[in-house]
Amino acid sequence: MGLRKILDNYKVHFEKGGKFEKFKPAFAGIDTFLFVPNHTTKRGAHIRDVIDLKRLMIIVVFALIPATLFGIWNIGNQHFSQLSGSDMSFMNLFLYGAMKFIPMVIVSYAVGLGIEFYYAIKRGHDVNEGYLVSGILIPLIMPVDLPLWMLAVAVVFAVIIGKEVFGGTGMNIMNPALLARAFAFFAYPSFMSGTKVWVAEGLHNDAISGETILGKLAEGHAVDKIYSTYDMFMGWIPGSVGETSVLMIGIGALMLLISGVASWRIIFSAILGGAFMAFVFNTFAVDGNQLMAMPWYQHLLVGGFAFGIVFMATDPVSAAQTTKGKWIYGFLIGVFAIMIRVFNAAYPEGVMLAILLLNVFAPTIDYFVVQSNIKSRKKRWENAKKA
Amino acid sequence: MSKDIRIKKGLNINLYGEAAQEVADAPKSKIFTINPPEFLGVTPKLLVKEGANVLAGEALFYNKDNDRMQFVSPVSGVVTEIVRGERRKVLSIMIEASTTISYKDFGTTDVKSASKETIIEKLLTSGAWAFFNQKPYEIIANPNETPRDIFISGFDSAPLAQDYAYTLKDDAKAIQRAVDALAKLTSGIVYLGVQAGIASVFDKIENVTRFKVSGVHPAGNVGVQINNVSPINKGERIWTIKPADLVIIGKVLSEGKFIANRTIALVGSEVKNPKYYKTMIGADLSQLIADNVSNDNVRIISGNALTGSNITDSKVLSYTDNTVTVLPEGNNYRFFGWMPWLTGNKRFSMSRTNLSFLMPKKKYVLDTNLNGEERALVVTGEMEKVIPMDIFPMQLIKAILVKDIDKMEALGIYEVAPEDFALVDFTNTSKLEAQDIVRYGLDIMVKEVG
Repeated sequence: MGLRKILDNYKVHFEKGGKFEKFKPAFAGIDTFLFVPNHTTKRGAHIRDVIDLKRLMIIVVFALIPATLFGIWNIGNQHFSQLSGSDMSFMNLFLYGAMKFIPMVIVSYAVGLGIEFYYAIKRGHDVNEGYLVSGILIPLIMPVDLPLWMLAVAVVFAVIIGKEVFGGTGMNIMNPALLARAFAFFAYPSFMSGTKVWVAEGLHNDAISGETILGKLAEGHAVDKIYSTYDMFMGWIPGSVGETSVLMIGIGALMLLISGVASWRIIFSAILGGAFMAFVFNTFAVDGNQLMAMPWYQHLLVGGFAFGIVFMATDPVSAAQTTKGKWIYGFLIGVFAIMIRVFNAAYPEGVMLAILLLNVFAPTIDYFVVQSNIKSRKKRWENAKKA
Repeated sequence: MSKDIRIKKGLNINLYGEAAQEVADAPKSKIFTINPPEFLGVTPKLLVKEGANVLAGEALFYNKDNDRMQFVSPVSGVVTEIVRGERRKVLSIMIEASTTISYKDFGTTDVKSASKETIIEKLLTSGAWAFFNQKPYEIIANPNETPRDIFISGFDSAPLAQDYAYTLKDDAKAIQRAVDALAKLTSGIVYLGVQAGIASVFDKIENVTRFKVSGVHPAGNVGVQINNVSPINKGERIWTIKPADLVIIGKVLSEGKFIANRTIALVGSEVKNPKYYKTMIGADLSQLIADNVSNDNVRIISGNALTGSNITDSKVLSYTDNTVTVLPEGNNYRFFGWMPWLTGNKRFSMSRTNLSFLMPKKKYVLDTNLNGEERALVVTGEMEKVIPMDIFPMQLIKAILVKDIDKMEALGIYEVAPEDFALVDFTNTSKLEAQDIVRYGLDIMVKEVG
């Protein structure tokens, strides 16, 4: 094959002693993206499963496509539906959304991959595939009007402080994409929360109100008349780019669950936890707290809940690693997401904080699960000694 | 009868090239090779020099730590070459076989009346001790210790493995004698795991506690069976012996000769007519391979595709192996080869990232490509799917990598063997070399704990 020959011709310059020896990780990153290498097994089992990290990560990217396409359309939809007399044709909405969203994707990938390549070259290791997913996740969980430079700073923070300082992909404690959002949330609150940011141009155009459902509820307004449960499920509501359509997220979730890439235990137990908490609040709702009174099934549909538990909580690196641990981890994410949402009106986006919190506690959960195995083993030893 | 076990976690990998139930004589080997490094836990001290004449069963070297433990020549002939490596470590001993084999006579042993010491002495001097494996650590057993129990797995569940129900069908007498001897060596029980629903020679063996095993690979791994029947505790010893080796042990006791005959399965997608061949321990298989394999770009494995050793260059049958697998080398590039859900009979995955999960019965021609590059551990829960033991495999592997002895112990390193982690090698997304890591951990534990 021609392309293979071209790559082989250039490869020599990147090998030991070649002109660009230092840049080998960068070259290898591109080479192994195009071709699965000819490496054969040298030790251990002679045959290997066809799965690798690239295959895994690309499935997550595929699973994000429905939510991404919908999000792009919804950017236009939210914007133009508030301006009377707009052209509401699909193409117009979609193109408008694309013009808003694609620069965010480019910035996210360019900055993130740039840092990844820099560290790969500096440390002389292979470029990891982790950022393939983070790169698209980050713009999907941001408000559409976030200035690109803020997005870039958030990406820098997430990749360096969230990942590289711990040693790179696989070593991070918290989910990098969520960390980017948390960084932007606390660093640039006026662009990340409030009543104006969730619809394109809301900041500059007074005709547009960009308030989310959760934002309205937090302020004590009822939203029943504006949005139905059906709207919430379909996703034609304001919000971060990718988070609104539970239907599209559900299609992605199906891909992740069928392929086995995401842990069904985490997703299922998080839904269970969220439903449980919301149900408890429904039961004990006090007058005037609209968030407590919001039906539990609507709690699961609005905000970043669905997106968070499908694409963020399931990140295997920052989640609990043991089977029992995954149940506990997922359930607590659901519980805390709704609890933070309801009790702290300043942070209606509880799911982000809940996942980050549980990311930090995941090793502790695993510790206790593993410890019970250790204890039962030691007990067995003791019994054997007695006998 | 002990309680039966069913193995649910694991994976059967269906490869092309299963051995037909037919036995032929392999071309006669002229040179036989014994590789002392194969005997783990043994420091070899040579007893012969180049040019020495040896009988079949005559000692070639002994264990420095226990000089009663001898390792013997499979054939009679002349020692032609002794290959040494760094620091004069003995790597291999080559023997040119005489035309007819003459055996060293160890005298017959009446197992029923013989004492434990007599039996051990006989097995040590005759070379049969080489077949006694000790758990923990997967090393040659220490004859000065008494094992809690002895375990034998009566079948092999690895891909394309030999079918003992077929190859050992006429060896009931030798096996029974060996088992009778084993019963005297332990203070506990001789356990025998048999495959549920498959009739074999092991159904009639007496003086053992039998249990039935069903389910997927690694159901046939003796370590998996031990873990599910009666797990090893700290400080305990368990000895294990492979079924085909029982025949050699039995014959040492009944005939007084070390008869190194092996029936091997020559298998794999690159073998023209996969079937069984009669040959001997340490035989040079060059002619047999040349007659049966036409493709050059192959890997020849002594053992199975998961745990065997690469003998593409030497073509020498290892001491305790009885399967030879020939697979295509995977030294080629694949354009966008990581794209999910593209499938064919050359791609297989335990995960559902490949359509092979829709066709569980399909057979595959798998090559030796790594199918990706080594990465940090990202995916969790996939090791647990192929380790049917009460163990946290990833946590154990991490404990080994940081050489945390207390943690390794607490997480159950005494209960595992590299072969139990072979499927982790195969299935893990990060291309981690789990068998190597477990071996490394066991070596540390032998040194530090012993």
